[in-house]
Amino acid sequence: MARITYIEHTGKEHVVEVQSGLSIMEGAVKNMVPGIDADCGGACACATCHLYVDEAFLNKTGEKDAMEESMLDFAEDVKPESRLSCQIEVTDELDGLIVRLPVSQH
Amino acid sequence: MSVAETFDPSELPDPYATPIEELDPSDGRLFEHQKHWAYFERLRKEDPVHLSENEEFGRFWNVTKFKDILAVDTNHQVFSSEPSIVIGDPPEDFTLPMFIAMDPPKHDVQRKIVAPTAAPANLIVLEPMIRERVCNILDSLPIGEKFNWVDKVSIELTTQMLATLFDFPFEDRRLLTHWSDVATTTDQVGNNYMEEEERKRILWECYDYFVKLWEQRTDQGDKPKMDFVSLLANNPETKEMVKNPLEYLGNLILLIVGGNDTTRNSISGGVLALNQHPKEYDKLRADPSVIPNMVSEIIRWQTPLAHMRRVATQDTELGGKQIKKGDKVVMWYISGNRDETEIDRANDFLIDREKARHHIAFGFGIHRCMGNRVAEMQLKILWEEIMKRFDFVEVVGEPERLQSNFVMGFVDLPVVLHPKK
Repeated sequence: MARITYIEHTGKEHVVEVQSGLSIMEGAVKNMVPGIDADCGGACACATCHLYVDEAFLNKTGEKDAMEESMLDFAEDVKPESRLSCQIEVTDELDGLIVRLPVSQH
Repeated sequence: MSVAETFDPSELPDPYATPIEELDPSDGRLFEHQKHWAYFERLRKEDPVHLSENEEFGRFWNVTKFKDILAVDTNHQVFSSEPSIVIGDPPEDFTLPMFIAMDPPKHDVQRKIVAPTAAPANLIVLEPMIRERVCNILDSLPIGEKFNWVDKVSIELTTQMLATLFDFPFEDRRLLTHWSDVATTTDQVGNNYMEEEERKRILWECYDYFVKLWEQRTDQGDKPKMDFVSLLANNPETKEMVKNPLEYLGNLILLIVGGNDTTRNSISGGVLALNQHPKEYDKLRADPSVIPNMVSEIIRWQTPLAHMRRVATQDTELGGKQIKKGDKVVMWYISGNRDETEIDRANDFLIDREKARHHIAFGFGIHRCMGNRVAEMQLKILWEEIMKRFDFVEVVGEPERLQSNFVMGFVDLPVVLHPKK
């Protein structure tokens, strides 16, 4: 279980408890956090669950694999801290994680 | 002369009376006469990864379920897009390289160069103009008399949009429609209405036209204009492309067909679907804020491109079947979007459907539709403006459809407009 803060592009915060084993994307969708579309359902195949990981947590959220790098080309306003949230698995280690959502996924 | 005139659709085999091993859903006439649904329904249930073999297309696997399609689409190492993304193979002397039919790394380079044209930052700039055009088109339509919605609205709107994305001479824009139609009129997709030599001749006219545009648009430096031609002509990676006529033509055809046939047929398909589902039309009248969700549902329902094909680069297993290196693998998006094990009530058209964006019409993975946002934006604006003006876009006759296993196209959709009271 980890407490995750999703911050919308407007600044609105959503703090939710997400079960370990789920993805950061699923944590948002299951808790009705707006701003994550996840069209493909979590297959790293559409780039509509893009978000920015707070720099303090970048070393805990793992590395992007080649497919995620490729799919990030499809997202808008990609930065070094950009990730596809379906590719980050929630662990106890991620307790306190802060992620920021882009203006739009499409 | 078209064969359709002497053809009786009831001659098409009943899929449930055919031995499963003989079932072959690739005949373009099945789609023209809407007989394909039952073929895919049976395949999804009884043999979801199904081998077919026929004279026209050789041996190919039919992948019919959502999850299996997703597995193929996201595994580009094992399932190559080269040399073509439709069932039939192109002639050796007229194989058009285009980035949709390329694998990484070349695919990634070329796609990235043209993608900004169809990206949100550019679309925000274009939106007011698109809305103005939609209004002009709708305000010019005849009221209370029958006309072909395909020609006056679907083609007109998408062709205007495409002309803008290419910065193509506006008065010549119907040439884009013509070239798009010719490009997809081929036995490679189950359509035999045109001789290949005639098709080639017309597509070379397209090339000649676009060479002139290319020559006018070089030397824009590192800040080229946002149209497709300027972006290709000024990028160090592609600025020599014009010297490879097949590759320039290939990418033109990709962008023309991609921006034309798809949205055009979703515009027509949406009108037909709402007519066939009057309760959904009532929902729309009661609450037009459902439009963005409805747009995704229309795209799923229509699935304007029925399939994409791949070639296995190695022996592999899919859905319990042994796929051999070199086998063609056809992902039937049109079937995946009706897969009830993935999409709740997949055979119902529901404009307020939950998770409407979870459809496979744009494909998934590195070849996912580049113009999906352009498509969604055009459909959204169109329906917003339709609902301001008309109570009912009434379909008043049988639609006429295209013979193709690839483009789910309308030729004629007769309608009468009923203005808002």
